[in-house]
Amino acid sequence: MHIMEGFLPVKHAIGWSVASAPFVAYGLRSVNKRIKEKPEQRMLLGVATAFTFVLSALKMPSVTGSCSHPTGTGLGAILFGPAAMAPIGAVVLMFQALLLAHGGLTTLGANIFSMAIVGPFACAGIYRLGRSVKLPFGVSLFLAAAVGDLLTYVTTSVQLALAFPDPVGGFVASFAKFATVFAVTQIPLAISEGLLTVVVFNALARFNPQELKDMNVITGKEVQV
Amino acid sequence: MKRSTNIPMLVLVVVLMAFPLWKIQKPAPGPDGKEVEIFKGADDQAKDLIGTIAPGYKPWFKPIMEPPSDEVGSLLFALQAAMGAGFIGYYLGSAMTRAKLRREQETKC
Repeated sequence: MHIMEGFLPVKHAIGWSVASAPFVAYGLRSVNKRIKEKPEQRMLLGVATAFTFVLSALKMPSVTGSCSHPTGTGLGAILFGPAAMAPIGAVVLMFQALLLAHGGLTTLGANIFSMAIVGPFACAGIYRLGRSVKLPFGVSLFLAAAVGDLLTYVTTSVQLALAFPDPVGGFVASFAKFATVFAVTQIPLAISEGLLTVVVFNALARFNPQELKDMNVITGKEVQV
Repeated sequence: MKRSTNIPMLVLVVVLMAFPLWKIQKPAPGPDGKEVEIFKGADDQAKDLIGTIAPGYKPWFKPIMEPPSDEVGSLLFALQAAMGAGFIGYYLGSAMTRAKLRREQETKC
């Protein structure tokens, strides 16, 4: 989902940066407030960040014969709420843009929007929906993380299709092409991301049930110690 | 969630990765004799796609710093993953010990 440096026209680059900035600012404020009130959650915030670091570094082969990577933003979106993931995702994307020439500064806004805003918010929404229709905890979490991952890549496809509409078919034809590259490749990876999120969450819930209960992430029922 | 479901889930992740590696074969070289690349990065493919949709487009900004070779690039990616995994491992390790000590305390009382 990394749009390469310089590969968005200037107007689009600025537009997506302007769109992402308030989310990052608000997320940063809410994270700071939370850490001030509950300093003991600092470590768990580190885990959410670390998970995003790991998963977004794993380039996995897919059935389309190309490679892509999961995003890892789902875990933090469930633990700390989707807003918190905007600054966290921004840190990860900045690291990759500056050191790895993966993504870029001019496309940072667009990449933050897809990976650190749309993904986490979709994830949190689907999780809530899943829980409200009484899906089991693990199933809700899996669906939330997987769909959030997939929607990140759909967003990237939309961004590129808006910037580069097909000369014949316009936005729709262009979106279909980019979505084939990104979204279809992402399907098995999204499933992997969902599974890995559930595995790590299980581990967290097993050893820190009280902490997660304090954060209102889980009630007593999900944890079997 | 039961702990025993973790192993099958991890196995499934491995299968999801191994299946394409096993199933997708390198196609024969094209008429120009060039080897066809497989398992390219989707980001690069998107870049190529931009080239076909808008052949006139020139990127207007270059990365400030680029890894000098693929090897150095993979070093940095490995470092990124290692830092993340290291932190998660540290956290789970300490959380595990804490839970164990707490349990021991409870049984003593």
